[in-house]
Amino acid sequence: MKKTWLTGLSASVLLVLSACSDESAQSNDSQVKTPEAQTTDQAPENNTPIVVYTSRKEHLVKPFFEQFTAETGIDIQYITDSEAALISRLKAEGERTPADVLITVDAGNLWLATQEDVLQPIESPVLEASIPESLQDPENHWFGLTVRARTIVYSTERVKPEELTTYEALGDEQWNGRLCLRTSKKVYNQSLVAMLIARYGEEKTQQIVESWVSNLATDSFSNDTKVMNAITAGVCDVGIVNTYYFGRLQNETPDIPLALFWPDQSEEGYGVHVNVSGAGITKHSDNQQNALKLIEWLASEEAQQMFAGLNMEYPANKNVEPTEEVAAWGKFKADSTNLSKAGELQPAAVKLMDRAGYR
Amino acid sequence: MTDNTDQQTSQNASTKRWRFGVLKKVDGFLLWAILLICLLPLLPLLFSWFNLEPELWQHLWNTQIPQLLSNTFWLVLLVGGGSFLIGVSLAWLIVMHDFPGRSILQWGLMLPLAIPPYILAFTLLGFTDYEGPLQHLLEAVGLGVAWLPDTRNVFGVALIFTLSLYPYVYLLMRSALQRKGRTSYESARTLGYSRAKAFWRLVIPLTRPAWIAGLGLVLMETLADFGAVAIFNFDTFTTAIYKSWYGFFSAGTAAQLACILLLFVALSVLVEKWGRGQSRYEQTGIALKEYRQPLTGWWGWLVQIFAWTVFALGFVLPVIQLMVWAIKTYERHTDGTLELLSHTMILAVVAALITLVVAGIMVWAKRNRESASRNLAIEFSQLGYALPGTVLAVGIMMALNWIDGGIASLFGIKGQWLASGLFALILAYIIRFLRIGYGPVASSMSQIKPSVVEAAASLGADQKERLWRVYIPLLRPGVFTALLLMFVEVMKELPATLMLRPFGWDTLAVRIYELTSEGEWEVAALPAVLLVAVGILPVIYLIKKSES
Repeated sequence: MKKTWLTGLSASVLLVLSACSDESAQSNDSQVKTPEAQTTDQAPENNTPIVVYTSRKEHLVKPFFEQFTAETGIDIQYITDSEAALISRLKAEGERTPADVLITVDAGNLWLATQEDVLQPIESPVLEASIPESLQDPENHWFGLTVRARTIVYSTERVKPEELTTYEALGDEQWNGRLCLRTSKKVYNQSLVAMLIARYGEEKTQQIVESWVSNLATDSFSNDTKVMNAITAGVCDVGIVNTYYFGRLQNETPDIPLALFWPDQSEEGYGVHVNVSGAGITKHSDNQQNALKLIEWLASEEAQQMFAGLNMEYPANKNVEPTEEVAAWGKFKADSTNLSKAGELQPAAVKLMDRAGYR
Repeated sequence: MTDNTDQQTSQNASTKRWRFGVLKKVDGFLLWAILLICLLPLLPLLFSWFNLEPELWQHLWNTQIPQLLSNTFWLVLLVGGGSFLIGVSLAWLIVMHDFPGRSILQWGLMLPLAIPPYILAFTLLGFTDYEGPLQHLLEAVGLGVAWLPDTRNVFGVALIFTLSLYPYVYLLMRSALQRKGRTSYESARTLGYSRAKAFWRLVIPLTRPAWIAGLGLVLMETLADFGAVAIFNFDTFTTAIYKSWYGFFSAGTAAQLACILLLFVALSVLVEKWGRGQSRYEQTGIALKEYRQPLTGWWGWLVQIFAWTVFALGFVLPVIQLMVWAIKTYERHTDGTLELLSHTMILAVVAALITLVVAGIMVWAKRNRESASRNLAIEFSQLGYALPGTVLAVGIMMALNWIDGGIASLFGIKGQWLASGLFALILAYIIRFLRIGYGPVASSMSQIKPSVVEAAASLGADQKERLWRVYIPLLRPGVFTALLLMFVEVMKELPATLMLRPFGWDTLAVRIYELTSEGEWEVAALPAVLLVAVGILPVIYLIKKSES
């Protein structure tokens, strides 16, 4: 009796399961396919859907994929997850992977993907022409799509911009008890410190990070927005954040008493630390043609304008201007060191921050 | 004991003996199969030891591990102590006392179970943080904020875990007290024991299996958590696992650290088993008619204030805060939220049902024949609960990919069978939540004393009748509790879902993760409210069920 009961239960469960997967397949189709898709088909011989693994979150990629499908008739299936998880997944799946394209944020992760041998070199005159040299892998495993600057934010009530100069100067005596930082566990800070190592070497960078730590007003925060809230609340006066977080806050509260400062702008300065979100084609992609088509489209002027508007980032394409809001923060000189350094030096940077007691 | 009587009775009822005979032969096999499957994700972790990075270990040991161990130690101590105190005292209050509002609190105190720690963490932190509503309010009424303590430390984190996990202790204690605590306490009182003595010397030891099981769940979840501690930027042992993986790109070291965490948990489980020994407390006599003592005096008021404070902090306040945010940001959710909701619920129902079947087989095998090896197999099958979700997911993913790779090379065809699709995800849920499902069913089974089955047999009930009229009715409460708890847990689960879900199978938890990882806490409130709302229903049902 018990046995039949169990069999019945598992049978019904299987039924539900299979019903569900059918349903999801259908809903997936309807999600990305649009009526125009069939009419504006450019490459009728190849409509194989593209599978994307992305660590950019759904609300930041979905509009692009829908637009791409509308223009080309090529469907896109995607899954979002954290970078390390996606790279591990690609590695574990090996040549059986369904994925064609990997999209992640931060050059450190793109470097890791290259290192773990899950990406293949891309040959594309289109991408070479539109994406600056420093925003792409030297061996073309990945190309940057959007640029974000990690820069200094300060309280307009308690700080004059003339007091600010460089990242390292935030360790000066005058900022004692006035600095707020995000946790060193975030890859953005790891990349920043990695780039400082590339500039100044480990020894000096460790001194810089130690001086930051001794200037901290309070324990480090879990995200950039909280750093800015702490500055607004008067807990501290300066911090380091990604530009788009500032943009979002400014959108919500236009009269917020905060402003961005571009450090390292002097003649011999290295410039503001910038980072990218970027994309590459997976090593074992079955659909390289369409994968390349997608990445080239994402780098196109049309998509780049969308990127700039959606998340207030800087377009990676040289020919596209940032949005008005973003342009209002002013022009700056960006660090032109190749970003793959950020990944190469990331483990060293994390160790260094551990030693310096930066949590 | 159990085994003998069952065998005797099955021999007496000669009809259908063959069927039970066959089943009894396979139960051991099934048990070992379950153990094997549950240990599958641990294989890649074990293999990681072939790839040691001594230099990285040196670094971790010098700069991280002492601090992490001390943090983890204090966190476990505070959360364990806090959950014991709150869970046990509130269960005692509800079972033994009467006071205005009791009927609300008796289920209200279970509701925090519907809020995952990571949601409670970002909600309470958002409420108390700089530029948060609390600080704005305090400034507005002229109290200032300078005196507010910083919550981003071990006490704040411990408070989050305690508030969102104490319901496990409360739930298990409440039913234990209803079953045996009350009777023994009252007998002890009539024999002249003082209240305190009767409580500490009799009730607490008698209900030990209940609160130990509850504390086990609370602490394992605390050790495995990464979400809530990340929001507070508080470093525990799990942090080192993630740091090795994300920061140092060393998946091997991460796996080795996970092994150590797991070893530690397994050892504590064994020590607890060994400490409990063979002693077993069986309820004797009949439960007394329910009588609840009215709460009086200043002490009574204090206790009531305490209970309401727990309810307010663990549920009312976070839900109000979430709803305020949800109303503020609801137009940012254009579409798909309902689809997320239905995915979440389908996954939760399916996973809970399958896990229940697995737990049922284990309980049945234990009932058939109790032996040290079987007990060990059962205990080790449930270790997945202590594994950080991402580590479990990676383990499953790697193991299934090995199998897929094996199939591919064997038959020379390229493709994915096990590693993609719902199979992997459901498997992850089973391995992760078997402990939640096994406990209640096993405890129901242990209450069906052999004498009851013997009595049924001597009254001429055959096996079919004994199943339907003895086992099933008596197991039902445990089965319901297991199902509902697993449903809520699967709904809340994030890391394994994130890594193993097939295309198009996003859940509410996934959406919440995506938004919060971009710092969009307020926008995440709407899916969070939905998650909590769906979680509340089974919790309320659970309480109603245990009341009747």
